[in-house]
Amino acid sequence: MTRILFGDNQFFAVNHISDEKSRAQALKFKDDSAIIKTLDYAIGAGIDTFMCTTHERIFNICDFVREHPAKYENFTFYPCLPYAHKYANAVTELGIVGTLKEYTPGNFFASIFKGGFAYLSKDYLSIMELLIDAELKMFKGLKTPVIFLQNVITDLLLGLQMKDILKAFHDYIIKKYNAEPGFITMNMPKLLSVCDEIGIENPIICTSINKAGFRMSGGKELYEKVLHTKKARIIAMQVFAGGAISSKEAIEYVCTLPNIQSILFGASSQGNIQETVSLIRHYDLAFKEKIA
Amino acid sequence: MIDVALIGAGKMGISHLSILGAHPDVRVSGVSDTSKLVTDVLKKFTKFPVYHDYEQMLNEVNADAVFVAVPTKFHAPMVKRLLGENKHVFAEKPFCLTAEEGKELVQLAEAKNLVNQVGYHNKFVGTFRELKKIVDGGFLGKLFHFTGEVSGPVVVRPKQDNWRVDPAEGGGCLMDYASHILDLIISTLGPVESVKGSLLKPIYSSKVEDSVYSLLELSSKLSGVLLANWSDITYRKMSTSLTIQGNKGKIICDANELKVFFYSSDVPGGYSRGWNVKYVTDLTDEVDFYLRGEEYSAQIDYFIKAIRKEVPNTLNNFQSAWQTDKAISLIKHSNQIK
Repeated sequence: MTRILFGDNQFFAVNHISDEKSRAQALKFKDDSAIIKTLDYAIGAGIDTFMCTTHERIFNICDFVREHPAKYENFTFYPCLPYAHKYANAVTELGIVGTLKEYTPGNFFASIFKGGFAYLSKDYLSIMELLIDAELKMFKGLKTPVIFLQNVITDLLLGLQMKDILKAFHDYIIKKYNAEPGFITMNMPKLLSVCDEIGIENPIICTSINKAGFRMSGGKELYEKVLHTKKARIIAMQVFAGGAISSKEAIEYVCTLPNIQSILFGASSQGNIQETVSLIRHYDLAFKEKIA
Repeated sequence: MIDVALIGAGKMGISHLSILGAHPDVRVSGVSDTSKLVTDVLKKFTKFPVYHDYEQMLNEVNADAVFVAVPTKFHAPMVKRLLGENKHVFAEKPFCLTAEEGKELVQLAEAKNLVNQVGYHNKFVGTFRELKKIVDGGFLGKLFHFTGEVSGPVVVRPKQDNWRVDPAEGGGCLMDYASHILDLIISTLGPVESVKGSLLKPIYSSKVEDSVYSLLELSSKLSGVLLANWSDITYRKMSTSLTIQGNKGKIICDANELKVFFYSSDVPGGYSRGWNVKYVTDLTDEVDFYLRGEEYSAQIDYFIKAIRKEVPNTLNNFQSAWQTDKAISLIKHSNQIK
């Protein structure tokens, strides 16, 4: 995995601290061209990896990248699925069965649910596989070396202790997509223990890590201890804790922690992208010199 | 360990179940749901005892407390039965279909000294807790107006097929969406005494209202406006905000940020004259397990702590949710759209 990953929250009006900023972002990125322009700024700053949800608008971005193969030769996607709000709103509207009917392709759902309710676990896992395929269709022909399960699903399954489904996601991504599975979570220490239990070694985990301790469930100290003692490929997200800490302090903190392979951040302006990238490069170098 | 059973593993129920499953002081003793699909998946992939019939579950499992996350019309009979069996009860919001139903349950829970809570999660959001502190401290001076708003994209097309668009089951924007902001207005500013007029407008739905616009007067005689719309596609998810104006300041608060303007230097600690902004990131207590928002874990933690007598059973108890039910019924009766 590369050191710096570019995220997509800013494109889809996801702002953890302000509804007003969300609306401003929605206006700014109304046209796909504004998203492309910002991705080009990121590429200009040396970031080739775009970690994105399977939001319907990413479809157009994928098309654009496919249409410009020379320009985006090294450009890589890390898809994160599912785009949860789509399903959450659908469940409120249509119920669980209605949602599955809506989103499983063809007559698969109808055909397996004909004739009573004697289904095997693998039938449900087949539904999961179909949903994964549907979400990943937009990336066909593009580089997707790592594919993530979104935190709302990872954490839901974690609390329900549906370990077999986490494992099934993991295995399916390897088998079908020849990619590395990753998990986004707000409960990293708990997830890592479950990965141990179900035999997922050295997992890729994307999780909140920041100096403020924001969204680090169980506490910052616990996270630091796990980072120092366990083996995992960690991607730090929400490093700025939604803006609660200065960017210098924020980056310095994550750059000095062990086991952090990558840092994920999103930004709307060229200036902010460049600033964050140079801060990461600066503190990486400083830390390397310090331990050498 | 507290033994907890859950009735209804739909959207809210499954989220509660996951948080309960991860809670260090809780043992999930049973789950029931009427959907075969849901019970089948839970049976195959979890270790929880799963039932199709909640009565059978109650007969067979040990439960100190029960979560009720079923359509609103079932709340009253189920909760009554559970209190009768001396169970502590956490019910989803809104509490009951009518204020009459709720009143009996408030009295029963009190008489039996059982812990009772309703899932108005906003009260566990850091910004709204801070808002209440500022209001209670009198820092806004004499209040003269409030505006409570809630918007989101729930019903955004005509085709609908579930209990949320059936008025007999407790569907509609008033009970589902507006109840959130109504509850927040009441807990922050006091009970609703009268409703001067309301517009309950359908947008896409044929049987229920999709938006609610209402003029409220509280028992303190403070008046203000409630605006709710669950068919607003310009929102990515539910957004709730409360603006309060007084003669010493004005506050605008949502689940992410709190903006307050103080006219003088008489301010709470950590604030100053003029504009102040606080973010939820600064006001949020850490939780042990996170799913969808700290507030969902915090409310369950509070309920469990109340059973263990570590906190008083005052936040979001039946009594407080019943105040909201009463206001809902006042709004319904003041509807000007026939």
